[in-house]
Amino acid sequence: MDWSFILAHIPDYLGGAWVTLGFGLCGVLCSLALGLLCCLARYFRVPVLRQAAACYIELARNTPLLVQLFFLYAGLPRVGVLFSAEACAVIGLTFLGGAYMAEAFRSGLEAVEPSQAEAGACIGLTPAQNIRYVIFPQALATAVPAIFANVIFLIKETSVFSVLALMDLMNVADTLRTSGGRTVEVLFMLVAAYLLILLPISVLATVVERRLRYAGFGDQHSV
Amino acid sequence: MTDAILRVQDIRKSFDGNGVLQGVSLDIREGEVVVIVGPSGCGKSTLLRCINGLEAIDSGEIWLRDEKISGQTKNLHLVRQKIGMVFQSYDLFPHMKVMDNLLLGPTKALNRPRQEAEAEALEMLDRVGLKEKAYVFPRTLSGGQKQRVALVRAMLMKPEILLLDEITAALDPEMVSEVLNVVIDLANSGMTMAIVTHEMRFAEAVADRVVFIEDGLIVEEAPPEVFFHAPSTERAQRFLQSFTYTSRRRP
Amino acid sequence: MQGLGINILFKGINFQRLLGGLWVTLRLALITIGLSCVFGFLFSLLTLSKNRWAKAVSRLWLEIVRFMPQLVLLYIVYFGFARLFGWDVDGETSAVIVFTFWGTAEMGDLIRGSLTSIPRHQTESAAALGLTQGQIYLHVLIPQTLRRLTPQAINLCTRIIKTTALVKMINVTEVLKVGQQIIGQFYRQPDAAFWVYFVIFLLYFLVCWPISALSRMLEKRWA
Repeated sequence: MDWSFILAHIPDYLGGAWVTLGFGLCGVLCSLALGLLCCLARYFRVPVLRQAAACYIELARNTPLLVQLFFLYAGLPRVGVLFSAEACAVIGLTFLGGAYMAEAFRSGLEAVEPSQAEAGACIGLTPAQNIRYVIFPQALATAVPAIFANVIFLIKETSVFSVLALMDLMNVADTLRTSGGRTVEVLFMLVAAYLLILLPISVLATVVERRLRYAGFGDQHSV
Repeated sequence: MTDAILRVQDIRKSFDGNGVLQGVSLDIREGEVVVIVGPSGCGKSTLLRCINGLEAIDSGEIWLRDEKISGQTKNLHLVRQKIGMVFQSYDLFPHMKVMDNLLLGPTKALNRPRQEAEAEALEMLDRVGLKEKAYVFPRTLSGGQKQRVALVRAMLMKPEILLLDEITAALDPEMVSEVLNVVIDLANSGMTMAIVTHEMRFAEAVADRVVFIEDGLIVEEAPPEVFFHAPSTERAQRFLQSFTYTSRRRP
Repeated sequence: MQGLGINILFKGINFQRLLGGLWVTLRLALITIGLSCVFGFLFSLLTLSKNRWAKAVSRLWLEIVRFMPQLVLLYIVYFGFARLFGWDVDGETSAVIVFTFWGTAEMGDLIRGSLTSIPRHQTESAAALGLTQGQIYLHVLIPQTLRRLTPQAINLCTRIIKTTALVKMINVTEVLKVGQQIIGQFYRQPDAAFWVYFVIFLLYFLVCWPISALSRMLEKRWA
């Protein structure tokens, strides 16, 4: 292992890490928003929007991100819809992630006892208040593990962004590999970089999940 | 009857062609405690659920004072602010402390100032003997305590009528009386109530009038002393007999 | 010629070529799925073993596939193995190695999860009826495990199929590459790229969606 090579190229990897993390988190935030919208459209049975959300979720979950990106980046411009590589990255990741987040929220909502919604209704809450104060907080607590799993999944998925010619970690490594030929060092740093990004997120997930478990959620029917 | 606070007129409700309520009419006067009894699946819980709109009725009308409340969908939450309901499964919100459970309705649905509502909530918790539990999470409470909190939560909305749906059915036997005593207190303070229960001795103690439902129809209506000791219909007699046991024959 | 790009798909054997490209990844996916089932079973024995080292190895294995993007693993095998061990692995073999490594851990974890989710009193009450250990497995535990496992395992299959699209990144000629070749031949047709990538998107959807639907149907029926 050539440590001087590794030290010399840390800045390259830092740059790549920022691209990976930046686009990853941007995509995650947009995915959460889109997922929430889809989930609410289905929960409140909003006509048209509900069916649109269901179709979208199926399309996004049953196609690879790589193919989605090719369509966005190389296909759509040919019919006059042109996005920058950066926009494609965020749109592509959001298209994929929104569907996964919607499913995470949905499973959270399904885990809330239907009687909770009735109890909220019985103290005169409007449907919106009921969702906001009673149902959604409980659904979110159940959905947190799935949401974090999606975050890690989405950040891993950013590794194909090199097809958009973005200098993410993968592309930095690939460029160094083809120019310098130090394959082992290049790959070692690539693994280390992904670990340094994903491990803290995983630790955060564990902490949040543990805190939620202790936050006073009791078994409904335990006496 | 002019002083009826709640009027249920010939309501029908079926699930998948199964007629659960087949024309039920019932008036409840202000301050009256009506206990509804009947075998499992007779429609008594469905009746309560229809009254506060958790189930839509197929036909008939329900009036709360001068307001027709059946058939409404848009302002259902305004109707429900006037009708309290407590279920068998307590349904406290597990992510909120007891006090937040109690204040959610008054502060969000009724827009009352939090401090004022909180003082009132503490007072009512004190009345049911749970003042020291105001700031704990529901999971730390016993079933009987949860159910008393649920009663307070419903009462803080100052409902015109309170519906209790088998509120002791999920409780261990020794906790039943602590909950039912609260209900008897409420009755004494003049609360109008419709109560579905399987506790016949409690029914006899608290009721002004007993309504016996079977197969989606009201079979008998009578004051408790008549219903429990000299029911006029044969079906009510058979129902009451099911609560007694024949002792084992010994040779 | 605007708007007629879709016609190129029906010129000559273009459509068959695309299907051939799709078959490249599907075949890889099928091989991976088969191997993952076999090795996944062995992996689950590893996780359930009482041996500390066996547990640790399986744990580490699972963490590696959870944290490393599959593309990074592909690079390690495809580019790294030659340097590290002097072992020159071609693209398709690398793909089978990496995806099986990943699929084995995921499948093994699903099997472990389904086995351990069966309540202990199921075994106890079966034993109380006087069944032998073998009978308990055959009649009580295995049927319940399969019911829990099958929907999730089928779902993993769609994930494997989607993931095999990544072989594009290590120069395997698969459906996207074939698409690019077709687009190259018809460079005079400006919207060719749109239609080619759109059809590839649809092809993946048509493969994965029925499998997802089957998984969901089984899950609902056996829940």
